[in-house]
Amino acid sequence: MNTQELKKAQALSGAEAVAHAMRQIDPDVVPAYPITPQTDIMHAFAKFVSDGKVTGELICVESEHSAMSACVGASGAGARVMTATSANGLALMWEIVYIAASLRLPIVMSVVNRALSGPINIHCDHSDSMGCRDSGWMQMYAENNQEAYEQTIFSMKFAERAKIPIMTCMDGFITSHAVEPVILFDDAKVKAFIGDYRGDWPLLDVDKPVTMGPLDLFDYYFEHKRKQSEGIYLAKNIFNEVAEEFDRTFGTKIDVVEKYFFDDADTVIVAMSSTCGTAKVTIDKMRKEGKKVGLLKIRLFRPFPSWELRQILKGKKIVAVLDRSESFGAFGGPLFTEIRSAMYEEKGPKIVNYIFGLGGREIDAGMIERVFTEIDAYKTNEIKEYVKYLGVRG
Amino acid sequence: MKEIIIIGRGGQGGKSAATILAEAALEGGNFIQSFSEYGAERQGAPVYSYCRIDDKEIRIHQGVTHPDIVAVIDPTLLPQLTMTEDMPDDGILVLNTTLSPKDVRDKMNIRKCKVFTVNATQISIDCFGKAIPNTPMLGAIERAAKLVTLDGLKKKITDKFLRKIGEEAVKKNITAIERAYNEVKEG
Repeated sequence: MNTQELKKAQALSGAEAVAHAMRQIDPDVVPAYPITPQTDIMHAFAKFVSDGKVTGELICVESEHSAMSACVGASGAGARVMTATSANGLALMWEIVYIAASLRLPIVMSVVNRALSGPINIHCDHSDSMGCRDSGWMQMYAENNQEAYEQTIFSMKFAERAKIPIMTCMDGFITSHAVEPVILFDDAKVKAFIGDYRGDWPLLDVDKPVTMGPLDLFDYYFEHKRKQSEGIYLAKNIFNEVAEEFDRTFGTKIDVVEKYFFDDADTVIVAMSSTCGTAKVTIDKMRKEGKKVGLLKIRLFRPFPSWELRQILKGKKIVAVLDRSESFGAFGGPLFTEIRSAMYEEKGPKIVNYIFGLGGREIDAGMIERVFTEIDAYKTNEIKEYVKYLGVRG
Repeated sequence: MKEIIIIGRGGQGGKSAATILAEAALEGGNFIQSFSEYGAERQGAPVYSYCRIDDKEIRIHQGVTHPDIVAVIDPTLLPQLTMTEDMPDDGILVLNTTLSPKDVRDKMNIRKCKVFTVNATQISIDCFGKAIPNTPMLGAIERAAKLVTLDGLKKKITDKFLRKIGEEAVKKNITAIERAYNEVKEG
């Protein structure tokens, strides 16, 4: 955003910005149940409903399990459906989250990332959405309020065209509750971009009756899963198509990754979400000191852009992958294991992992600078520990 | 970049004050960011609210540790002023207290920064009949730090609250801001 563009901006929290995207999309059905820090989205959206700014129906259900069940029912009936949740709310949806993906229902769910219990904690980490990484949903992560807003609109079209539900994620409190300048697109432009929606096999089309979710045993279940897998794999092409249309309509680029001082950098951090903003500030400072450091920000986590990352990261000397969630008992966090697996056939780079920010633990520019300095030494020194913890005592 | 911390208690409007400041600064053509540090969400607990104002896009997402300006909106939270050592020499402290700037300096052993004091609690009791000192504190902060303009601040309050609370209540808020702006003492 430059100073000229700033004149068009309004001060909005990340949650409010997403609620505005929902107002502009005006989905047919929004089943929702409150949970911190997602609640601010539904507060703002409920106000749009009361003020008659949207025509769709907001269904206040009795739990997140019911919220996702109502999403599946409404989407199966042929409606355009959105919801939002965080942490334990997402955990309670679990059973139905998988069903939504398996039925290829293009639901858009805003996930305001928050640590899972226990112990109970309301602050940001990615353990909630990362726990869902094998559920068949697509996932995108936003760095700031503007991205959270744009990503919501993008996700609606992406999900509907791919026929796969999507979690559009932003950092709890850090993004959802921070007020920043946000430029909203023109209402009519958003409407035109997402267009009308009609499901392929709507249950309400009584002339063409269908059955959804029948028993599917050893005879065909595997074939259906194989097709589901192919579907999400091919969604990468659809991402690029929708990104092109998004750029044409709004003049804004959305890519699977964003490079920041990347091409000539030999020491690189890979990260997602709000931490990337702080990393950029750190890189600005270190570049002034002549250090060749850079950032690779991942926007699209599912489907994971393995092939693209392999091309992008090969040739780098040392890479630190920052994970804001723990994968207990695994060799590193989810982003690290994906990236190491993608790079296995390549000779370089060396790749190390830092788990950080669990339960909202602060990550600041000083910590990111220490990571750069530490990994820079690995260019010549042996790596003794591949998985490290950043900002934790003991 | 100017970095501001507003220290208050949950329910006192520190977060709202930081947001209004950011909104007024945005209307003045600045990049902004405002957010609060949430602990357990309960009334009366100390809450730190932050505001950043810059002429460049603000990308950093971390708490403010080296503020240029610190405002304390609850007199009982003066002991939380532990960050003055990390502030610049010309840093600004804006404090809701009945004490004079000199008394605060002596009591808190503050040797740097400009110290501004105002009895924002009394002003809010006079204007609203109850102690909600965040609005007058905005007037005091503006006088001390000149982050926006007094008119910009008054316009923001009017635009934001006119529909919600009506003309009379908005006028009371404007009066509170003006009184604090005029009554704040530097020392």
